[in-house]
Amino acid sequence: MSHGLSQNPRFSSAPMHEPTGGSRRRPVVVIGAGPVGLTCAIDLATRGVPVVVLDDDDTVATGSRAICWAKRTLEIWDRLGIGQRMVDKGVTWSVGRVFHGEQELYRFDLLPETGHRRPAFINLQQYYVEEYLIARAADFPELIELRWKHEVTDLTRTAEGVRLAVATPDGATTLDAEWVLAADGARSPTRTRMGLPFPGQRFEERFLIADVRMKADFPTERLFWFEPTFHAGQSALLHRQPDDVFRIDFQLGPEADPELERQPERVMPRVRAIVGEDTPVSLEWCSVYSFRCARLERFVHGRVVFVGDSAHVVSPFGARGGNGGIQDADNLCWKLALVLRGEAPESLIATYDEERGHAADENILNSSRTTNFMTPKTRAERHLRDGVLDLAAEAPFARSLLNAGRLSRPCSLAGLSLQTPDPVPQAAGPRPGDVCVDAPVVDAAGRAGWLLDSLGGSFTLLVFAGAGAPDPSRLSGLPPGLRCVVVAGRPLALPGAEVLPGAEVLPGTEMLLDAEGVAGLRYGAGSCAAYLIRPDAHVAARFAEIDGQRVTEALARACGRSVTSAQEAA
Amino acid sequence: MMTASLRQGDGFAGRADAVYETLIRAHQTLSDEESAALNARLVLILANEVGDPAVLEQAIALARRSLRPADPDHARP
Repeated sequence: MSHGLSQNPRFSSAPMHEPTGGSRRRPVVVIGAGPVGLTCAIDLATRGVPVVVLDDDDTVATGSRAICWAKRTLEIWDRLGIGQRMVDKGVTWSVGRVFHGEQELYRFDLLPETGHRRPAFINLQQYYVEEYLIARAADFPELIELRWKHEVTDLTRTAEGVRLAVATPDGATTLDAEWVLAADGARSPTRTRMGLPFPGQRFEERFLIADVRMKADFPTERLFWFEPTFHAGQSALLHRQPDDVFRIDFQLGPEADPELERQPERVMPRVRAIVGEDTPVSLEWCSVYSFRCARLERFVHGRVVFVGDSAHVVSPFGARGGNGGIQDADNLCWKLALVLRGEAPESLIATYDEERGHAADENILNSSRTTNFMTPKTRAERHLRDGVLDLAAEAPFARSLLNAGRLSRPCSLAGLSLQTPDPVPQAAGPRPGDVCVDAPVVDAAGRAGWLLDSLGGSFTLLVFAGAGAPDPSRLSGLPPGLRCVVVAGRPLALPGAEVLPGAEVLPGTEMLLDAEGVAGLRYGAGSCAAYLIRPDAHVAARFAEIDGQRVTEALARACGRSVTSAQEAA
Repeated sequence: MMTASLRQGDGFAGRADAVYETLIRAHQTLSDEESAALNARLVLILANEVGDPAVLEQAIALARRSLRPADPDHARP
């Protein structure tokens, strides 16, 4: 079926060329050119790592599929230079409303404060996301080879890495890789080929997704109904997408016949019941699905690493699938680049399994709880669920029990191997393992910008200099080559080139002005002198006082160079 | 951190009979199905009053321990 206003684009690729130079082995081969595989390729390319991406198709997703992209995902795509294009096209939202029948039970705002570059969510069809990522990948012609209609037919683990047999339009070929990233989706052929079990819970409930095009005045909010008046089922969900397309998700019950329910003559009356008879509506795409929550026991199998849906799947309520996969890419790629450059031991890749396994568990837990709330399986469950719905209108406590989806938030990696224990646990601000929060700042040239634009990419020491210019002696003894970003509380002169006289404290130090004081507040600058930020913008460590030795130790630990000893010490 | 524990002693301060009567009266005129619905709502309201999930778990464990083994609808833990 077509997408948006045009047919799906078709891509072609020239026959694979032999790598030049010494080794014929590719550093990284990504299997699957979906949002997660493409994000991996671009992330690795920004770190100078050459990548081959193999995809057995030659186009983008059919149907809208994943549509809700979280703030954290947008921030990752900002780092990769493609966030703005996604936001420009996407539909921005942060408010959700939950109804019981016709009555609104409550309204929530996922980003109730200002001072963030990115909204809580955008809605954007997966085919646009893939199209924009493919376009961005083309900015790295020396590093990213996208190979369409290249289907992996066999995979052999060797002493040096992985050998892939690949069927191409020009015949069969083999490809040697140091690392393979399996981003080949929920039904991952790589997972099957390697005989890996995918244990989890299958839910019997069936749901209908209908993407309809119409001019309608639904608000740009996530609308969720329990026991809607327009639909005999248990629940319905509505999201606005770009191009006047709306996603409507109808809960059908466990007995629904998928073949029957996806017929337009069955779908359209359901749609008509919600939008009325007068609005012109066309059906863009529909699908009947059931789902499971499942994960691989381990995401890393030698030199084969599973990312995204191939590693873990969840129910769609909460937008934790696609967003979880993008965070997988964000977590893995800097580690892989360090290992490939010989700057970190191969064991660092095990921390991808540790950290993203933890995240997958969190996503599965949240998603399963939502599903259990939406699909009571016994009379007792039904009484409790209905009790929550009926109490929620009157009693605020019942609104917190009401579970219409716990939407994707960045996972905290607190307490895991790479993070240094928090010396100031009472202080405000992100704790070791948390992802950095955004804040408005002004750069040394006087331009308004965002703190997150200066964090991530490489290890960074984020220093809060207080009201005055930072004392250069405080920054001595730091690990050589560590990027420093100094946030000063107050300008010493405004405006012009002399805004931040501290700019020359150390070569390569970036100076930012906390013009509104928001950054200092959000990072507890009164108690925290500095944060060590990982390349994925998670906090590795924070410090009450800057101490070169402690920063050096935290950096080594965060690179996996002393994980074992650091664990023993902790 | 200290984990709060479930009160198993008498918390009714001499008003136990009145409390019991209140519970019974709550179900007057209700069908079995309506009573089950009422109990579910009471559990939710009182669970919020308790707050601490650890205490709630102890209450559930006590309730399950006290189930009559002859009742075929209820498996023992």
